[in-house]
Amino acid sequence: MSPALSARPLFISLGLVWLIAFWLSLALGPVHLPLFDIFKALLQQFGLSTVDEGSGQAALILGQIRLPRALLGLSVGAVLALSGAAMQGLFRNPLADPGLVGVSSGAALGAAATIVGGELVGGISPLLEPYLLSISAFLGGLGVTWLVYRLGRRDGRTHVATMLLAGIALTALAGAVIGLFTYLADDGALRTLTFWNLGSLNGSSYARLWPLLLVTLAVTFWLPRRARALNALLLGESEARHLGFDVERLKRELVFCTALSVGAAVAAAGMIGFVGLVVPHLVRLLVGPDHRLLLPASALAGGSLLLLADLLARLMLAPAELPIGIVTALLGAPFFLYLLLRQPQ
Amino acid sequence: MLSLIQGTVRRGSANVLAGVDVKLEPGEVLGVLGPNGAGKSTLVGAMSGELPVSAGEVLLQHKPLCDWSGPERARRLAVLPQSSTLSFAFRVDEVVGLGRLPHDSGFEADRAIVLAALHAADAQHLAQRSYLSLSGGEQQRVHLARVLAQLWPGRTGQVLLLDEPTAMLDPLHQHSILHAIRQFAELGGAVLVILHDLNLAARYCDRLLLLADGRVRLSGTPEQVLQAGPLKSVFGLDVLIQRHPERGHPLVIAR
Repeated sequence: MSPALSARPLFISLGLVWLIAFWLSLALGPVHLPLFDIFKALLQQFGLSTVDEGSGQAALILGQIRLPRALLGLSVGAVLALSGAAMQGLFRNPLADPGLVGVSSGAALGAAATIVGGELVGGISPLLEPYLLSISAFLGGLGVTWLVYRLGRRDGRTHVATMLLAGIALTALAGAVIGLFTYLADDGALRTLTFWNLGSLNGSSYARLWPLLLVTLAVTFWLPRRARALNALLLGESEARHLGFDVERLKRELVFCTALSVGAAVAAAGMIGFVGLVVPHLVRLLVGPDHRLLLPASALAGGSLLLLADLLARLMLAPAELPIGIVTALLGAPFFLYLLLRQPQ
Repeated sequence: MLSLIQGTVRRGSANVLAGVDVKLEPGEVLGVLGPNGAGKSTLVGAMSGELPVSAGEVLLQHKPLCDWSGPERARRLAVLPQSSTLSFAFRVDEVVGLGRLPHDSGFEADRAIVLAALHAADAQHLAQRSYLSLSGGEQQRVHLARVLAQLWPGRTGQVLLLDEPTAMLDPLHQHSILHAIRQFAELGGAVLVILHDLNLAARYCDRLLLLADGRVRLSGTPEQVLQAGPLKSVFGLDVLIQRHPERGHPLVIAR
């Protein structure tokens, strides 16, 4: 049962998989781009080389379509996997997931309100839309998380089981309100709403990418600093307090961090389920539950897995494209059931 | 060291602990006895800062417990709860290593301490096993090793609070665990331990505290506390008190 791999080879392999997934999502598509062209186009993208004849098309495809999409996939996968790992640590339950605690649906509700509200007031300027969506999804996620957190508090202490149950109730409530919005929405808004509920990396643009990239960087560097406290928290809240950690503050920080991550991810790519659940699980099988390894490894594995799922979504029914949320749910739901069945007790 | 002065803990409108005085001294093992619901775990909760006292105060080395910073407190005070729920597949030595989190003693020193603490709890052979594959008693020994590692090896100024550390152990390990706890006290640490076995308490504790309905009924040496009258009134149990033929401490026999 002990982790079979030591840290270094594991991180090298995860890093390689990450690079390969990144390369594949830049290379594959209706137009196949050879590795050399990708390099050239990347150099041009960052202004390190000038555009020459013949590579213009590759640079265009890469710079405008595939690079933002790949970066979006890597970021969304990383923050979802990280917040999944953080939630599982917070709830001391390996089956917790941002989707279960209501963070995702709160964020989707925020985004849906902006989409439908925007249509009602006659459209939001396309320049502002990505930022408004990010902010409203973050606020929606934070609002629901805060509510769940408040509902779970009694006598100054947070009760995790109550929080989980409150999360389930609020998820249902948010789903109902999103359902109501679909009646108010016109055709355009309805399409966007559907996209939001199923999740997709399609139509990525740098404007949608920026807020998420910032959040991803912040969370990827901040969360591992709490790895030791999260390890102690797995023993129980009292035990973590007896080990000298400020548990109430840690819980607030984790809740805020998760709301921020999931809000940014949902704003950029819609609701993508099961990544937050499956990735930390798979990584735990390799490295064990120690958050000092689990968190960075989950960030790498989450990005890779989401890019590979996106490749499937793009290529399976090409030229048509599946929403990536369908792919992750198709893969993730059976895996979740498998985990439930092999759980002891 | 650690003292509770006129400590009162309320739950709803009832006092689950009413004006209790407990003072832990360096090098001493204090055993807490009492029937279920007497307030023993509440006492540990109050003295560890886990449960706020509605009246009275808790002092660690003459300073209110709540004024200590988290890591400073954790290097002086370790608590073993009645049961722990850990549902993640840590290796046993990793679980014990969590006890070293308040310290910055470095990887090598920590590893040596983890092994020594596992040895003291007679769990060294489990070091590489997954925590989840252990039996209840083995898990309890691992957690004891964890709190021992937190204060290893024990010195004056340190306090260990143990809530029924022997509850799930076989007879041999009940003795070896209490032996390890005595070792900690011999190095100067102070110990409060909740026990249900009156004879184990007589054998390993320097002082005993008999608790009933959230109040101290009797406290003193094992000879003073383990008497037929008080035990009958607190536990409702008829007992004979004899002397241990070899060690001389009181021996409690149910009639």
